[in-house]
Formats: sequence, structure tokens, C-alpha cells
Amino acid sequence: MKAVVIGCGRVGSAVAQQLAGEGWDVTAVDENEEALARLGSDWKGGFIVGHAMESEILVRAGIESADAAVVATSGDNTNIVIGQVVQKRYGIVCVVVRVLDPRRAEFYAKRGLRTVCPTQTAISFLVEEVRACDITPLQPSGPVPA
Amino acid sequence: MYLIVAGGGKVGANVASSLIAMGHEVTLIEQRRDRFEALEEEFGPVALRGDATEIHVLERAGISRPPDIVLALTGDDEDNLVIAQIAKEGYGVPKAIARVNDPRNQQHFDLLGITLTVCATSGILGLVEHEVPQHGLVTLLDLRQEGLEVVEMQIAGNSPAAGKRIAGLSLPEDVRLVSVTRNGVGEIAVGETVIRPGDRVIAILKPGLEDRLRRALVG
Repeated sequence: MKAVVIGCGRVGSAVAQQLAGEGWDVTAVDENEEALARLGSDWKGGFIVGHAMESEILVRAGIESADAAVVATSGDNTNIVIGQVVQKRYGIVCVVVRVLDPRRAEFYAKRGLRTVCPTQTAISFLVEEVRACDITPLQPSGPVPA
Repeated sequence: MYLIVAGGGKVGANVASSLIAMGHEVTLIEQRRDRFEALEEEFGPVALRGDATEIHVLERAGISRPPDIVLALTGDDEDNLVIAQIAKEGYGVPKAIARVNDPRNQQHFDLLGITLTVCATSGILGLVEHEVPQHGLVTLLDLRQEGLEVVEMQIAGNSPAAGKRIAGLSLPEDVRLVSVTRNGVGEIAVGETVIRPGDRVIAILKPGLEDRLRRALVG
């Protein structure tokens, strides 16, 4: 199975390594040549330097024969656009896109893009942890019990 | 009309002030503090500070009224595409016009349904081609939504059409010759019009037929 990981920062590189460890044939794409170092010295997958808004870069990364794509560059809108292009132009069903802004993540999720919002995840976990402290909050404003 | 202009650089700010002068109601969104401060001085409450790709910023600008037109004029193509998509698909804005900064990104706008686009680079290149035709066929107008384009050709002495009546030319079905300009005077093309060397012929056609039209008229 072939996966293309677009954006090889802290998140993208870790996703690439993990998928490769699970037997995927992975090619990572990043604008910055130095991002290759994040994949470690024993990286056996592919690595393409360039901007994935350019079709030529996507094709060189093997998008035409990919089964999955992960889009995790540092720009929400870049990820949203690349994710849709990969989905619509190359017909890849499994496209996962990182979007930090919860509202945009929700907006595009409703339109069929598989968005992952780390901000929303953090919010939910933080609230959950506070609840786990099991402190009974003061009664919010409302009728005072007799 | 009510319009939201996203991006307060040279393009956005000038478009906004022209629209206001025309009597329209405008909100101009700019993210950068330095630019926003200058805009606020010029435009007052018309200027709004924020990232126009954030839904709550668009909501503060009145996206849910909705405006008649949203103009996505930032210097970033991905931002412009997202603004146009949120406006059209999320809030039913009837028209979203997006600026394309890098003409190589045009294909992404087309693919993602943002059909009303403006690209300065392509426009300038089109003008250059019009002044210095290289391939014998110049695109004057690209009617994307209609799926048609208007092109112009210069007829040379060795053109297969030179000396022939238009009715006698074998043209593809989805091509119509519109006008023939000779010595600076344009005439509507009819079946009896005879094509002469030096003529400039304007045609309307379905995209993809350019080569067949070129072979018939230019050679």
C-alpha cells in the first residue's frame, strides 16, 4: 500500500515513520530539503522537495498510484486546498487533512473532507481532565434551592 | 449592493475605494496590523481587522446577510480559494470572485468550483500575445462558465482560407466566425464574406477546437 505524506514537520515526519513501520510504502513531501533529517538516517521511503500545490511535485511523489494521503503542512488553507485537489483530481478516497482551526475543520468535514483538528482534540482532552478532578463546581446561575 | 473585500493590499484597497465611490456598501478585511491601521485611517469603520479565512471574522463582516459579492483578493491563492468556498458553499453568497496570484494555481480554482477568477499575470500575457501573435490564434475572452471562448486569428497570404467565402470553409461544428476586420474596419461575418490575407478574424468556439480552427484558417 502506498501513502504520500505532504508536509514533513514534527507531525508529518512522525506519521510517515509510523506508516512505514506498519509496512506502507511512504513518500514524504516538503518544501524544505532539511526536513528529510526528521525522518531519521535509516529512512527507506521516498522524499520529494517541493510545494505540493504544484501538480508535478504530487505526481513525482507518486500520487497517481497512492492509496492514501496525509496533508499536514503548517498552513491550514494550504492543507485544505491540497487535500481537496488530491481527493478530486486523483480520486484518492483516503485523504486525511490536518486543520488547526476548529471551525474550518468542521466546515470542510461536512463537505466530505476527512479533517483532523488537533486544537479540538486538545480542547476536549483538557476539559475532560478538569472533569476527572471530580470537583463539584458551584451551582451556575439559576434558581437557588430552597 | 453589499460586498465583502478580503485583502487590503494595493488591489483590495483600490477595489474597495472604487466600490464605495460607486455607492456600494463595503467591508474590507485585512489581517496585517500595519496595513490595517493605514486602512482604518482611510476607510474608517469599513475596515475590519482579522484573518478572512476564519469563519468568525467573516461572520463579523456580515457573511450571513449574505453579501451580493465576496471578493477574495489577498496575495495568497490558498487563502483566496478557501474564502471563496466558505462564502459560496457555507453562506450561499451568489458570487465569489477570487484573485489568482500564481497562474499555475488556476487549475485548482477550476477544479474546486471557483469559476470567477482574475489573474493579472495571465491577463498581461494575453495582452502581449494579442500585440505579438505567435501561434496565429489569440484568446480574447475565456467564458469558463459557458464553456466557450472567443479567439482572434490573423490571416496570412498562404492561409488555406484566403480568397474563400466563409460558407465554403470546412469548419468544425462548434465554431462560428463572428467578425472580419480589414484595414481597421470590422464587419459581422456572414456566409458570403470572403476572407483575404491580412484580415483579422474573430471566432467563438468550444474549448479544444483551437487546433482544428487554426488549421482551417491559419494553416
